Amino acid sequence: MAVLNEEQEMLRDMAREWATNESPVAAFRKIRASGDPEAFDRDAYGAMAQMGWSGIIVPEEHGGSDFGWLSAGLVVEELGKTLTASPLIATTLAAAAIVLGGSDEQKAKWLPRLASGETIGTLAIDEGPRHDPAKLSASVSGGKLSGTKAFVHEAHGADLFVVAAADGLYLVEKGDGVSLATRKLTDQRSHAEITFDGAPADKLENGGDSLLDDVLDRARILTACEMLGMAQAVFDMTLDYLKQRVQFNQVLATFQALQHRMADLFGDLAMMRSAVEGGLQALDIGVGASRAAIIAKAEANRALHLISREGIQLHGGIGMTDEYDAGFYLKRARVLEAIWGSTPYLRDRFAGASGY
Amino acid sequence: MATQPDVKAPDADDAFREEVRQFLAANFPPELKGKGNALASVEGPAQESDAQRKWREAMGERGWGTPTWPREYGGGGLPRRQARILDEEMGRVGAYNPIGGMGVMMFGPTLLEYGSEAQKKEHIPPICRGEIRWCQGYSEPNAGSDLANLQTFAEDKGDHYLVNGQKTWTSGGQWADKCFAIVRTDKSDKHRGISFLLMDMDAPGVEVRPIQMISGMSPFCETFFTDVKVPKENLVGEEGQGWTIGKRLLQHERTNLSGGGSLARMMGASLSDLAKKYVETDDSGAIADRVLRDRIADFEIRWNAFLLTARRAVEESKAAGGVSEISSVLKKLGTKLGQERAELMIEIMGFQGLGWEGEGFSEAELAGVRAWLFGKATTIYGGSTEIQNNIIAKRVLGMLDHQ
Ligand SMILES: Cc1cc2nc3c(=O)[nH]c(=O)nc-3n(C[C@H](O)[C@H](O)[C@H](O)COP(=O)(O)OP(=O)(O)OC[C@H]3O[C@@H](n4cnc5c(N)ncnc54)[C@H](O)[C@@H]3O)c2cc1C
Repeated sequence: MAVLNEEQEMLRDMAREWATNESPVAAFRKIRASGDPEAFDRDAYGAMAQMGWSGIIVPEEHGGSDFGWLSAGLVVEELGKTLTASPLIATTLAAAAIVLGGSDEQKAKWLPRLASGETIGTLAIDEGPRHDPAKLSASVSGGKLSGTKAFVHEAHGADLFVVAAADGLYLVEKGDGVSLATRKLTDQRSHAEITFDGAPADKLENGGDSLLDDVLDRARILTACEMLGMAQAVFDMTLDYLKQRVQFNQVLATFQALQHRMADLFGDLAMMRSAVEGGLQALDIGVGASRAAIIAKAEANRALHLISREGIQLHGGIGMTDEYDAGFYLKRARVLEAIWGSTPYLRDRFAGASGY
Repeated sequence: MATQPDVKAPDADDAFREEVRQFLAANFPPELKGKGNALASVEGPAQESDAQRKWREAMGERGWGTPTWPREYGGGGLPRRQARILDEEMGRVGAYNPIGGMGVMMFGPTLLEYGSEAQKKEHIPPICRGEIRWCQGYSEPNAGSDLANLQTFAEDKGDHYLVNGQKTWTSGGQWADKCFAIVRTDKSDKHRGISFLLMDMDAPGVEVRPIQMISGMSPFCETFFTDVKVPKENLVGEEGQGWTIGKRLLQHERTNLSGGGSLARMMGASLSDLAKKYVETDDSGAIADRVLRDRIADFEIRWNAFLLTARRAVEESKAAGGVSEISSVLKKLGTKLGQERAELMIEIMGFQGLGWEGEGFSEAELAGVRAWLFGKATTIYGGSTEIQNNIIAKRVLGMLDHQ
């Protein structure tokens, strides 16, 4: 765990307490059972916003706290542990796009609403089943955007979309020219294909040529924070289980074969945490963020993949039951692995950026 | 990880950086640029050239080879931030740290914590100046992973101990001036019967026999002690405290062995540069073998995550006040990655990366082969990976023994 300042420690403790008490995995179970395609609890999100979490990376003059990315990551990690379903990440990323690329008017209009939780935002970038921001065909003419975006996360609750067109990022509000088709994925969260058909679009003119990449860096890093929380939770849950399950008259935790597997996973978890925290710090320092983002997401993909699989295996039969929580993590893990760059995609990018 | 004060350098740091630059300009012999510390090499000490000696003395004088150690014992007395600046500036001009070895890596920090004032005054300054070579007398034929089973016995003879027994795998034993050892002072108690003792390697009754390794080198020895007299003042800490002190030293050893920056530098050329040299590239300069390129990227990403982990561990243990069990995690991860890298490296080079000696191979190629072979030791010494796993499982994760 990165060395935190007092403010950050308080924030983390508050998030941990809230997630444990108010938003345990049971809360997600209830949302899933409801079948609501929005797939989050509006009251719970309201409470998060009230605690200031939706405004952590928003400047103070626009209604946020400007606590920085490490702080935002701490909260997201805690929520990841309990699989809290919310549009917090999506909204934070939409806000980040506006902070980086918005005009004064756009900032003044949207940031206070996103920070207060009144408006929910999300990113609409990819157009196919695999992340590939180099291939975008959505286009804008005369201020109207047309194109189809595949698998947009948190789409059902979103009021504001940050849409990547061939020539830049645009703000599009829910409403005229925006239609949505649900895509239920294994994680049972909100995903949809969105068709924009001449939807009014307001360009983010600032932020330069790298705006999309800069937003994606943040998307990779913040998503990796959720994955870190999930990996930590599955690891802890598995360790607890091994310490209480008795077979052969021994608690399973005493078997060296299992001890060594847990020690291996512990090492993977340590590397994942360093990579993720390194990404957050790179954003706060403002140096090397794109490389740090690749490392953070690639490590998150790799370690969570492993830990979510071993989490099931080490639980034995009970791990296969819907009643037990471990499976939820596996199912969400693969969705997050695919978003903003699969492992091969990230390696390719890393190699390219490193000049080989 | 980088905390705020590290990010924004205060003015004092700028001044320090300037001081370092001037020092390097005046003292680092340009002909040593890009070279490593030959004196700390696993192959044993080479003949020291004039330039090497001059450089070692200049750094030793300032204590900058052991930059964060206290000034009063010959260290640099620098805050970690400035030690990092020193490191960066040395890297910039291709300078290496000429002070090294077991004295610096493990013995010094342990003595600073557990030694008496007199012991620190006697032993630390020569380590800081790079004048004394230490070796580690831990392992015995029947005490490897089960180190506390050691039998070398130190009998209390009033003003001195009389030491008898055998150590093995003593790295650099044939070149060492002194040995820090754990020995048995009480046969009735496995752990509390162990004490930490300092010995002269040229004392009567000490005999070393070098052993050849798979890499062809002979840097480690069997060491025999026959009626060796060791003065009582060479006992570190209390009698019976040796296991505690000895384990502390292992934490330092593990932290160092895990690699981090120094290992990265020692490994020289990047895998991708190597691949560009030995395998085809396409028109854009990318490695044409996409599978190989992917594997290199996979490795490099994990290696970066490891370096971040090493940095994080330093900062966390600093904040928590001291080395910690996390050294086991670092050792386990760093050594595994180091071996993976070496395997990938020789694979990239093909037969050219498998040369043993003679014509047709560059110096770097031959060194790479030996390093690959020697590197297999890293997951064995300092507590094998399996032992690190046991430590992590039991002490960090609280997984217990069979009842
Ligand atoms: C290059 C090199 C340099 C060295 N330098 C020094 C030195 O300078 N000074 C010094 O004192 N020593 C030194 N050593 C010794 C080193 O510390 C020991 O080799 C090491 O502790 C392992 O002990 P062992 O060789 O007796 O193996 P063993 O303990 O016999 O182990 C054999 C295998 O069994 C595994 N194993 C053992 N116990 C367990 C267990 N409980 N659970 C699971 N697996 C287990 C081990 O991991 C290993 O794979 C050096 C070794 C090498 C290779």
